Amino acid sequence: MMADNGPDAMFVAGGTDLYPNMKRRQQTPKVVIGLTHVNELRTAKGQPKDGVVLGANVTLSEVTNDPRIRDAYPAVARAAELISTPLLRNMGSIGGNLLLDTRCNYYDQNYEWRKAIHFCMKKDGEICWVAPSSPRCWAVQSSDCAPVMVAIGARVKLVSTSGERMITAAELYNDDGIRHLNKRPDELLTEIHLPPVNGWRATYWKLRRRGSFDFPVLGVAVWLKLSKDGTVEDSKIILGGVGSHPIQAITAERMIAGKKLTEELIRDAAQAAYQPAKPLDNTDFAMTWRKEMARFYVAGTLRELAAQN
Amino acid sequence: MAGNNGGKRGLRVVGKPFVKVDAKAKCIGELKYADDLFLPRMLHTKLLRSTVPHARIISIDVSKAKAYPGVHAALTGADLPPITYGALPVSEDEYPLAIGKVRMVGDPVAAIAAVDEDVATEALDLIDVQYEPLPVVTSIQDAYSMPEPRIHEYGELGNIHRRQVYEFGSVEAGFAEADHVREDITFYEGSTHLALEQHASLAQFSHDGKLTLWTSTQDMHYLHRHLAKVLEMPASHIRVIATPNGGGFGGKCDPFNHEIVVCKLAMVTGRPVKICLTREEVFYCHRGRHPVLMSTKTGYKKDGSITAMHHRTILDGGAYGGHGVASTFYTGILQPTTYTLPNYRFEAVRVFTNKAPCGPKRGHGTPQPRWAQEIQMDKIADHLGLDPAEIRKQHAIAPNSITANWIRIGTLSLRQCIDKVVAGSGWKDKFRKLPHGKGIGIACSAYMTGTQTPIYYNKLPHSGVQLKLDRSGGVCVFCGSAEIGQGSDSILAYIVAEVLGIDPFDIRVVTGDTDLTPVDLGSYSSRVTLMTGNAAIEAAERVRHMLREAVSAKLEVPGERLSFADRRVFDSQNPDKGVSFVDAVCLAEEKYGTLGTTGSYKPPAAPGKYKGSTIGPSPAFSCTAAIAEVEVHPETGIVVVPRVWIAHDIGQAINPVLAVGQIEGCVYMGLGEALMEEMTYRGNRNLVHKFPSFLEYKSPTTLEMCDVITYLVEEPDANGPFGAKEVGQGPQLPVPPAIANAIYDAVGVRVDEIPLTPDKVLKAIRAKAKGQEGRYGPSVFPTCPMPPAMVVPTPFQGGDGKALEREPAVSKK
Ligand SMILES: Cc1cc2nc3c(=O)[nH]c(=O)nc-3n(C[C@H](O)[C@H](O)[C@H](O)COP(=O)(O)OP(=O)(O)OC[C@H]3O[C@@H](n4cnc5c(N)ncnc54)[C@H](O)[C@@H]3O)c2cc1C
Ligand code: SF4
Repeated sequence: MMADNGPDAMFVAGGTDLYPNMKRRQQTPKVVIGLTHVNELRTAKGQPKDGVVLGANVTLSEVTNDPRIRDAYPAVARAAELISTPLLRNMGSIGGNLLLDTRCNYYDQNYEWRKAIHFCMKKDGEICWVAPSSPRCWAVQSSDCAPVMVAIGARVKLVSTSGERMITAAELYNDDGIRHLNKRPDELLTEIHLPPVNGWRATYWKLRRRGSFDFPVLGVAVWLKLSKDGTVEDSKIILGGVGSHPIQAITAERMIAGKKLTEELIRDAAQAAYQPAKPLDNTDFAMTWRKEMARFYVAGTLRELAAQN
Repeated sequence: MAGNNGGKRGLRVVGKPFVKVDAKAKCIGELKYADDLFLPRMLHTKLLRSTVPHARIISIDVSKAKAYPGVHAALTGADLPPITYGALPVSEDEYPLAIGKVRMVGDPVAAIAAVDEDVATEALDLIDVQYEPLPVVTSIQDAYSMPEPRIHEYGELGNIHRRQVYEFGSVEAGFAEADHVREDITFYEGSTHLALEQHASLAQFSHDGKLTLWTSTQDMHYLHRHLAKVLEMPASHIRVIATPNGGGFGGKCDPFNHEIVVCKLAMVTGRPVKICLTREEVFYCHRGRHPVLMSTKTGYKKDGSITAMHHRTILDGGAYGGHGVASTFYTGILQPTTYTLPNYRFEAVRVFTNKAPCGPKRGHGTPQPRWAQEIQMDKIADHLGLDPAEIRKQHAIAPNSITANWIRIGTLSLRQCIDKVVAGSGWKDKFRKLPHGKGIGIACSAYMTGTQTPIYYNKLPHSGVQLKLDRSGGVCVFCGSAEIGQGSDSILAYIVAEVLGIDPFDIRVVTGDTDLTPVDLGSYSSRVTLMTGNAAIEAAERVRHMLREAVSAKLEVPGERLSFADRRVFDSQNPDKGVSFVDAVCLAEEKYGTLGTTGSYKPPAAPGKYKGSTIGPSPAFSCTAAIAEVEVHPETGIVVVPRVWIAHDIGQAINPVLAVGQIEGCVYMGLGEALMEEMTYRGNRNLVHKFPSFLEYKSPTTLEMCDVITYLVEEPDANGPFGAKEVGQGPQLPVPPAIANAIYDAVGVRVDEIPLTPDKVLKAIRAKAKGQEGRYGPSVFPTCPMPPAMVVPTPFQGGDGKALEREPAVSKK
């Protein structure tokens, strides 16, 4: 079907992202291909020691409640559990979540509203209202699971009539509010491969206004490999919700490499990690405050992981 | 007091937690809201709304839309008589569909009636409107600096809609007497009602020329008058039915353009026509909380007593008048009703801006000044080293007094309310004693139970109730009040049941229908229980008198010995001797013929006699004390409110469960306004509303809602039915300032601007850490030319309620 209808067609899983967007005429597919009844996409296979494989259509509630995920991948379970409301988690899929459209409160508005500001380049217009002098779109990567998948090094399988390919979660995302996915529209996301659990630890912290409903305006996912004495052997510090893709805080990662996570080092790393966050005035909360919070959240996640023994 | 047969003893229904009469229908989804109504051949309406904030309309072409298959009619302003309407007679400045110009993004420009909503929506795209943009007035500052272009042709000057200046006593003399004088500039952001039900209306025009409108309105009576005016029809040919409202909070008080438009479309097409607004459109209807900038200068003595207050407010009114002139009064006129205030000067300005119009939202105009005064009281107590609960208690206004601005206060148990929350919260062990980051704060308020004057001048009753009884024993209560979820239908049943000694379940209540029910002014201003209740008591007592006479003759027992209880009428000295209620009704019907009585209510006259003195007075004042506990995260500024203790003097709870529900709802709304709600616009982007959606306009979810510990203080007021006073609005007032005061107790900073978002709290914390003033809030109060004050000597000065004659030279200026 996808091959027949080309760019006018879109896949839909739970529809919790796509349908509201269609209602607001942000996304306007002519053909929508439902995936709900594709059973192959609905299962979770494997054991943590070799890595668990999640079908793209496993719901967020199922991810949250799967004992393998809860025990061995608590960061994934936590990210999924923090998404929106129980109702949406029953409908929304993990695949749809990773492919969630980027968000911007100049864009996630209905047609008449967007017409009133004269549309923006993400849909129907030419300019970016958040940064009018900018040639690009700064809509925000807003999936809770995306930064976690990037941090833990998950891989995704993309299938189309021209074959299949495995890429890392990090490779899936692109720093652009419009072309935010390195995935062709005709490619179906079928599986998400969580890495084997072999001594690493990870966590996820989410900032949002309210305890339910709200998209992240900052999400910090941290993955650490510590030696027996607590020295950092490897790490990933990923910031979500503050740019068009999950942002890797490389300077901070380098700073902690080979060292023990003392309080002082945590503070320095957090200071370094918040620099690449680029929040703009297109989500909830004051943008400067959101940037400040990145520092606080990175410190918090590192502290939490350092204390786990 | 009305309805009270000798105190609280013997009350069987009043004061008991009876189930609401509409509860089950609501729970199982049987209740029909306006959008649930369907009529055969019904058409659906969509409105084309302005996409520009301020512009002249050059042309509108609906020809393509009219020709679109499925479209039955397309209207523009030219298709309606050029007659304006608006909530208040002094500011009738709205057209159902724009004529000549648009004043905000969202102003309706054209309307389509089509076979379904989708077709109507598609047809909207075919309408061509040419606008000539005008400069946009985005804020109070703009309105002050841009007299041209005027948003409206009327108003005081330029884009200043209203100005008013009153001086009661002499603030200068009061300040001279004070030990200290302080001035605080504060801001209270606008917010919207967020009723779950979106506005919906259905109109039908019958072949005999009569019009019926079913609509989600709080104020059916006023709407009825506006329809007659704008549609140029006799009111007697129009029937308005107020469908049950899925929440109102003041958002459904104004007459709305869509209500008039569906009526016109029904007349044009000859078919029933419905509209249900989208959530975004409800944001454009708005009429919510005015953003208000305030300057409050107060003189006080060492003991915390206030010698004078000079209170100035500027309201950002949005694009239309609506109830705004009343809102403007309310940003100051109730200031003297909480603590003793001998000298008071009040200056208020309302400006027009190209935003959704503001109006009445729970507390109508009073949460803002209450916020200003209550956070200032906290600063005064802090400065004097006094306990803020104690100084409030000491200077609380005395019951049965008259304020500086000639408002008569009846019962007012503010001191008892303070005692309740102080004891319940463990205030004495907590205030200034909690660890850093945790805090506790107090605030108080008083609020009116209905206004003394109706919206348009008349001497008629404010509320009417009609009772019909017949040989079945059935009792039917008719009243023009609108059930908006607050329980007004139930109150009628409880009160009539109490007077007649039957069960509320025996009673059928018919409300909100201009053809069937006597006039009630509507569900606003916390008036309904008091006014419909008093009218219901009068009607019920009249019919009880008839039953009593009839039963007395039959049983040969003197009428005054007969009791009405347990569905019987019996000899109180020999309870076995009696008749059933049904038999009593039969006896009365035999004696008097068909049974029916009426009752009506009009508030007592107020002592003030100066121009404007009709706004503020009320038959009875409620009062509230609230203590909030907060947790403030010093590194993020995030504020969490785990608990609020709140005590409210309600006079007499007709139903304590409903009363507590109202109080918890008030705390919820107060919490939302305090912490997150913001009706904000993109000033630099065509002045669009920042986020007209339920997801991005932030209000608390159940997870953010605090625990509420409620105390009902019941001291019956002579003017209330069974002594009852209001509970629907007043309890919201102290919540935001109590939270702000608790933040100061927690981390030692003042945030003088609502909402108390974490970025503001953090800025204040950072400023303090740097040795600067630990405060976030406005510091400039703009001024505009003001007319001379109306000077009114106070009761304490021996005044007579009238204003002093103005010097002719001054008044000519
Ligand atoms: C009120 C509200 C709050 C929300 N809050 C959050 C939140 O806090 N955090 C968060 O992360 N998300 C949130 N969401 C977004 C959304 O609910 C979730 O991201 C959800 O997981 C999306 O999954 P879905 O199956 O419903 O996606 P869909 O809407 O079905 O699809 C989303 C996108 O992915 C594509 N797609 C789906 N499956 C496949 C596939 N197998 N192969 C290829 N393409 C596919 C679709 O074409 C579409 O573009 C919220 C949504 C709403 C409406
Ligand atoms: S970031 Fe700019 S271009 Fe992208 S959606 Fe927002 S306004 Fe449009």
